[in-house]
Amino acid sequence: MWNKKKEEEYPPKPTATPAAANPIRENPSMSTAAVTTHHTSETRGPAVIGKSVMIKGQIFSREDLTIDGEIDGSVELHEHRLTVGPNGKLQAGVKAREVVVLGTIHGNVDASDKIDIRKDAKLVGDIKTARIVIEDGAFFKGSIDIIRPEAKPAGVPVPKAAAAASAPVPAPAPAPNVASAVAPIAGELKY
Amino acid sequence: MLRDRWKTDTAAPSLHSAGKRAGSLAQPQSRASNGLDQFFSSIKDETSLSILDLAGASQDNITFITSLGHRIYSNDILRTLEEAFGGNGDFVQNQSDPERVAFFLKESLNFPDQSLDGALVWDTLQFLSPSLLQQTVDRLCQILRPASYLLAFFHAEEKAVSAPLYSYRIAGPRSMSLLPRGQERPARYFNNRSLEKLFQNFDSVKFFLTRDHLREVIVRR
Repeated sequence: MWNKKKEEEYPPKPTATPAAANPIRENPSMSTAAVTTHHTSETRGPAVIGKSVMIKGQIFSREDLTIDGEIDGSVELHEHRLTVGPNGKLQAGVKAREVVVLGTIHGNVDASDKIDIRKDAKLVGDIKTARIVIEDGAFFKGSIDIIRPEAKPAGVPVPKAAAAASAPVPAPAPAPNVASAVAPIAGELKY
Repeated sequence: MLRDRWKTDTAAPSLHSAGKRAGSLAQPQSRASNGLDQFFSSIKDETSLSILDLAGASQDNITFITSLGHRIYSNDILRTLEEAFGGNGDFVQNQSDPERVAFFLKESLNFPDQSLDGALVWDTLQFLSPSLLQQTVDRLCQILRPASYLLAFFHAEEKAVSAPLYSYRIAGPRSMSLLPRGQERPARYFNNRSLEKLFQNFDSVKFFLTRDHLREVIVRR
């Protein structure tokens, strides 16, 4: 009886502790992996091509991208935002949901939602977009076609990317992650 | 012409940079424009036209023209003028150099013949030297479609040493705001007779003389 009462008050501990109960002690490598995955997908800023990077070829990205280097070829970011930094020089055709230009683009730009040409930016090429903002002091040479967006049917949820479009343009990411999530890049890479 | 002024103004090495600096400080002036009214009245029932704006890209002009359903072609012809004829040699004499002229026309008016439905030239033509001016007007005549319109401004005060340089912003179908970009000496002053001669290859020329010594000219191709 004495033994039985003790068992009721203090249920027996399992012989093998699940990893999830104490992940750091039991399985440090899994814990580290989980933190890394979370960091990659949620907390860091857009991918960045730094100012000392030069790429010749095609760039396709499935996330927002900041280019502060030189690109000779084409850049496609369907449903995402491309930011051309003040040091960025693109000799390329560009397709993206939103394009913010602080540097230089020589090429045609297809921005399905919006293009924002900032002061001191330079864009030579034809633009197709739904909305355009051009600051005084920006240089633009080319044509502008405003594409009227088709009305969305009622009840369709707004995709995450579209919701992000209404947010103000963020500052460049503090910790550059050089082209890590840009997939694929085809062509030459020069430092 | 332009170079002489810059020699005395070390802080303004080019027309483009001087204009940017002046424009950033000055307040815009609003005014009505009969020429603008006539220009947009001529295309009011049409959409999907191609309109050339030679004053450089501005939010106001882009918004106004695209809101009417047209495509806008923007170019800053004064900046191209500086690129083509600045640098080595005399600025005015360079405007007679065939290679430089070819570069200027290619950079500023490189459109297929009869491909544009209207041109907003503003006051840019008066700063071109006579030989370059005629070639530029001839090229404009080529790239505009028949029955389309061109709007140009010419300062009418012949005694003035220099004329105000503006950035023209469309405020409405018959009004605009003028953002001062400094002063500039026109290559020459035009009267009605000389303007008719300049646009002799066009179908008709109509003048509006305003109280602020700006001659508005609407030319039908």
